[in-house]
Amino acid sequence: MTRTTGTGRASIVLRSPARAALPEVSLRIDLRFIVVCAGLLAATVAVFLVALGVGDYAIPLNDVLATLAGGGTPQSRLVVGEWRLPRAFLGIVLGAALGMSGAVFQSLTRNPLGSPDIIGFSTGAYTGGLVVILLFGGGYLQTAVGAIVGGLITAVLVYALAYRRGIQGFRLIIVGIGVSAALSSVNSWLVTRANLDDAMQAAVWGSGTLSGLGYEQLWPVLGLLCLVCPVLLGHAPALRQLELGDDAARALGLRAEAVRLSALLWGIVLVAIATAAAGPIAFIALVAPQIARRLLGSASVALLPAAVTGGLLLLSSDLVAQRAFAPTQLPVGVMTVTVGGAYFVWLLVREGRKR
Amino acid sequence: MLILALTVLAASIIGSLAVGARYIPPAEVLQALIDAAQGRGSGEVQEIVVGLRLPRAFVGAIVGAALGVSGALIQALTRNPLADPGILGINAGAGFLVTVGIGWFGVGDIQGYVWFAFAGAALATLLVFVIGAAGPSGATPVRLTLVGVALGALLSGVSSMISLLNPAVFNGMRFWGAGTLTSRDEHVLWAVLPFILIGLVLAATVAAPLNAIALGEDLASSLGASVVRTRVIVIVAVTLLAGGATAAAGPIGFVGLMVPHVVRWFVGPDQRWIIVFTAVCAPILLLAADVLGRVVVPPQEMQVGIVTAFIGAPVLVFLARRRKITGL
Repeated sequence: MTRTTGTGRASIVLRSPARAALPEVSLRIDLRFIVVCAGLLAATVAVFLVALGVGDYAIPLNDVLATLAGGGTPQSRLVVGEWRLPRAFLGIVLGAALGMSGAVFQSLTRNPLGSPDIIGFSTGAYTGGLVVILLFGGGYLQTAVGAIVGGLITAVLVYALAYRRGIQGFRLIIVGIGVSAALSSVNSWLVTRANLDDAMQAAVWGSGTLSGLGYEQLWPVLGLLCLVCPVLLGHAPALRQLELGDDAARALGLRAEAVRLSALLWGIVLVAIATAAAGPIAFIALVAPQIARRLLGSASVALLPAAVTGGLLLLSSDLVAQRAFAPTQLPVGVMTVTVGGAYFVWLLVREGRKR
Repeated sequence: MLILALTVLAASIIGSLAVGARYIPPAEVLQALIDAAQGRGSGEVQEIVVGLRLPRAFVGAIVGAALGVSGALIQALTRNPLADPGILGINAGAGFLVTVGIGWFGVGDIQGYVWFAFAGAALATLLVFVIGAAGPSGATPVRLTLVGVALGALLSGVSSMISLLNPAVFNGMRFWGAGTLTSRDEHVLWAVLPFILIGLVLAATVAAPLNAIALGEDLASSLGASVVRTRVIVIVAVTLLAGGATAAAGPIGFVGLMVPHVVRWFVGPDQRWIIVFTAVCAPILLLAADVLGRVVVPPQEMQVGIVTAFIGAPVLVFLARRRKITGL
C-alpha cells in the first residue's frame, strides 16, 4: 500500500499477514528510491546495448539482441560476445564497486569530499603502478600487483599513523592529506624524470583504462564482488547510525570503532579490486554518491544507489572514451572526470534554479 | 613567536640567495646586497645574488604567502579541512588555459604561461561562484565546494584529454604541473605582485568578520557581520592570491592546505593571528623547499612543488599525532 510518511515522502509499506505462529514483519520502501534505481538500471541497460553495438565494426541492435540470446552471425558472436561484452560488463561492475566504496568513505568521514583517496589508496596504487612501469618496465599483471601492493601499504600506513586510542575522523583526514600529498609529489617526480613515451604510457594507465580487458579479468572481478558487496550492504544500517556521531551511535548500542574499521576495510577491498583490474580510475567514487544523493533527494549517502550510479557512469564514460576521438582511444579515467564533472555541474546548476 | 617566525623567514631568504649550483657564503651575500643597494660594485657574485637569485627568492616568498593566506581564507569560509585554493577550480582553470596556450598558441616559456594561467584561474573561479550563487540559498560553502570540485574535474579532464592526444602538450604540462620557481625573473615578479598585494590587503579586512562567521552564520549576522559581503570579498581575495601564485609558479598544492592547519594548532582559532602567521610561515616552507630542491639531485633541480609536499607531509603527520588537533 502507498502512504505518505511524516517526512512527506511517498513510500510503500509491506506487512506480512498476521498469523499466530509467525512474528509480524513489515518493510517500508521509499517510492522515489524505487523509481530512481529502476530508472538508473534501465538507462544502464540501454547504454549497455548501445556499447555492444557501436564501434569500428557496427552491429545493428537486433543482431546484438540475437547474439545475446545465443544466436547471431559468427562475426557478431566474436565482436559482441568475445570483445565488447566483457568490457561493457566490467565497466558496470567496476563502476558499481567504486561508487559503493565512495559512499562508504563519504559516510564514514561525513564529508562530501571523502573518497577512498582519503586513506591514500589510489595515490599509493598510482605510485606502485608507476614504479613497476617506469623503473621495471612491467606488463599488465605486474602493474596490477604493484598497484595493489602500493595502495595497501599506503592505506595501512595512513591508518597506523592516524591511530591513537581509536581513529578520529578528523585526524584520519589530516594524515591522509599528508601521506597522499607526499606520494603524489613522488608520482609527479617520477613522471618528470621518465622519457616522454614511458611517461605517456604511465599516464594512460594512471588515469585508468578498460581497453584490452576481457573475460580473464571479468570472472575474478565478478566473483570477488559477489562476495564483498553483500557484506558491505550489511553494514548500511550501522553506517547510518555512525553518521549521527560516535556518541549517539554508541548509545544506540553500536561498537563504533569495530564497525568503522570493518567498513573501511571492505571499502578498500572494493577499490583494490577495481584498481587491480583497470588502474586507478578517478572521480567515480567521489561523484557517484553525490549524484545519487541528489537524484534521491535524501540527506545522507546510500550504498545501493551510489553503486548503480557508479556503474552507469563508468559504462557511459567508457563508451565516450572509445568513440569520441576514434580511432584513438582515450583512457576511461579521463572521461569519468569529464563526463562525471559535466553532469555534476549540470545537476548543481539545476538544483540552484529549482529552489 | 611572531619575531621568531620573521627571523626564520629572513634566514630562509638569505639561504635562498646563498645556496645553488654555486654556493656563496651568507657574508658575501649580504655584502653583495649592500653594494647593490648603494649602487656600487659589480661582478659575478653580485650578478648571481641580485640578478638571478633575488627575484626568485622574492617570487618564492610572495607565492608562499599568497598560497598560505588563500588556504587559510578558503578553509575558514568553507569550514572544510580538505579545502585548499584548488577547490575553487583555480589550479584546474589555470592548467586548462596553459594547456590551450601550449597546444594552440605555441606558448613555451614562463612569461607566456603567466597570463594564460592567471586568466584561467580567474575565469574558473568566476564560473564556480556564478554557478554556486545561483538559487535563493546563495553561495553556501558546501555548494561552492561541490561546484568547484565538479568544474575543476571537468576542466582537468579536458586538459588531460588534450595533452594525451598531443605529446608536445603532455611534455609541457608535466613540467608546468609539478610547480617550480626555476627561471622566475623580475618580469614574473612584477606581473603577479600587484594582484597578490591587493589580495593580502583584502584578506586583512575580512579576518574579523570570518571570526564571527565561525560562530555560525545566524550568529554572525546578529553580531553585525555581513555574511554575503564577507563571502564575496574572500572569494575575490582567494582568486587574486591563488591565481597570482599559480600563474607565477604553477600549481603548488600542499602549502595552502597544510600551513593554515599547523598555524591554527599553535595560535588558536583567531583568524587574524592565523592569517598573519600563515603569511610568514608559508614562505618559509616554500623557500626551504626551493633551496632543498636545488641541492638534492645535482646538477638538476627538483621542482619546488614536489619538495614542498615531500618535506611538509611528514611534519603535518607528526604534528597531527603529537598535538590534540582541533577541527574547524
